[in-house]
Amino acid sequence: MTTFPTTLGQPNRVTSAAKLEIRHITKIFRKGKQANVAVDDVSVQLVSNEFSCIVGPSGCGKSTLLNIAAGLVKATSGEVLVDGEVVPGPGADRGMVFQNYTLFPWLSVAKNVAFGLDLKGMPQSEQRSKVEYYLNIVGLSDCAKAYPKELSGGMKQRVAIARALANDPEVLLMDEPFGALDSQTKEQLQEFFHELWRKSQITVFMITHDVEEAIFLSQRVHVMDKSGKLRETVEISLPAHRDLEMKLTPEFLDYKRHIIHALR
Amino acid sequence: MSYGKSYGRRRYLKPSVFWSIRQGFPSWLSPVLTTLSLLVPVIIWCFLSYGGFVNPKFLPTPTATLATGIDMLRTEALFADIAASFLMVLAGFIAAAVVGIPVGLAMGTFYSMDGLLGGFFRTVRYAPINAFVPLIIIWAGLGESPKIIIIFLGIVFYNATMISDAVKFIPDETLNVAYTLGATRRDLLFRVILPATLPNIIDALKLNVAGAWNFLIISELIAAQKGLGFKIIYSQRFLQTDKVLFCILVILAIGLATDLFFKLIFRLCLPWAESKTS
Repeated sequence: MTTFPTTLGQPNRVTSAAKLEIRHITKIFRKGKQANVAVDDVSVQLVSNEFSCIVGPSGCGKSTLLNIAAGLVKATSGEVLVDGEVVPGPGADRGMVFQNYTLFPWLSVAKNVAFGLDLKGMPQSEQRSKVEYYLNIVGLSDCAKAYPKELSGGMKQRVAIARALANDPEVLLMDEPFGALDSQTKEQLQEFFHELWRKSQITVFMITHDVEEAIFLSQRVHVMDKSGKLRETVEISLPAHRDLEMKLTPEFLDYKRHIIHALR
Repeated sequence: MSYGKSYGRRRYLKPSVFWSIRQGFPSWLSPVLTTLSLLVPVIIWCFLSYGGFVNPKFLPTPTATLATGIDMLRTEALFADIAASFLMVLAGFIAAAVVGIPVGLAMGTFYSMDGLLGGFFRTVRYAPINAFVPLIIIWAGLGESPKIIIIFLGIVFYNATMISDAVKFIPDETLNVAYTLGATRRDLLFRVILPATLPNIIDALKLNVAGAWNFLIISELIAAQKGLGFKIIYSQRFLQTDKVLFCILVILAIGLATDLFFKLIFRLCLPWAESKTS
């Protein structure tokens, strides 16, 4: 028998170093007389350097929650805190990678990666070395001068990740970043991103409907249900170094079974 | 049991070259069809005029028209008229771009500006500018300014609404990702919205330059001492259909050249984009 160190019933667990905190967020969409509760009193704390995921069925409000965390959507009630301070809107401290390709088509790959750096007023030479560094990490140094339209879907998403990381965000928010990719590319990117996260130790908050992906990448998986409530938080105690083979181990499958059952 | 003829059978899309919808088109066929479409009116013109089916007073032959045209260029200083008309179109066009582009961007970007200007611009767009021509001439006199005002009013509302629509077609994610990279609203406007809509802006200007010529000719028909529109109305009084036809051909040629010019600008300045208009 395996036991799961869940935090069921105590969502407001106090942790010492909450990088990003989502506090009692509720979002109600009103359309005429109808009110639709997309997110229902959700509280999540992101521990520094941790990778956490939210899994949930489509339409459960997980994307809305992430957009609220990014400051892109206003919550009906509740607040978002970065390092203990309430943030009023979007900012470079919370970088984001979207499901759809959001590269700026009018900029070359290098200029896309440099976009945030240029906004900050970073000197050109510093920008160049930083862009070089991150394009090298995502393995696209040869494509620096290409326009996004010349890249494949997986390459575009790698550039989007490089662009978000080059901007040195304190938290990286990801909205189904591998959702639009074919399964091979998806697994490659999962492994790649896992390595990247291990090296950089950045705090990541990711949304996905893919349970395997969530377990593979995370230290902590939050399960959201159709009513927009956080149902359960599962800590994933798998070894720090992970490869795709791990998805077939009994421990991994136990987690998978547990979360799939929680989602039902 | 049978359910009619086609229900049980498999149906496939029949291959077609001529009626192909986004399934590839032979590259040679397109220019052939274009040439054909341009040639057919010329052939009809030749047939009617050379064949003697129409009184040459009403429809002169192509050769007679060209001969008259060359004569006009030599003796009547037609170049001065062409230059005068061209300058008017240019002035009105630039004025409409200078006002229409920022207003369109503002309308598409800010809800407040859309409320403030959008309702007005979209409504006035339906006003028949031609009907205002007599009024504008009364207000602005008979010089060059009424013509520029007419061209300006004729196209500025189209510029603004087309550009504002283009802004609204930018996906939310494109703007959101800029926010999460630390963009201010000013950055968003100048570094995302403006470059994202630049292809649409050039396309809108290209489409509306044709409108500019229409409004110029209308204003010159009513009040002018020079210009191609004036030449047309003047020649009409003496039933000089050959001169009228030649002036129309000149306008067509200028239109074609402008079109090529915009296509060139597009290809040179926006290598990353594809034009959606033709």
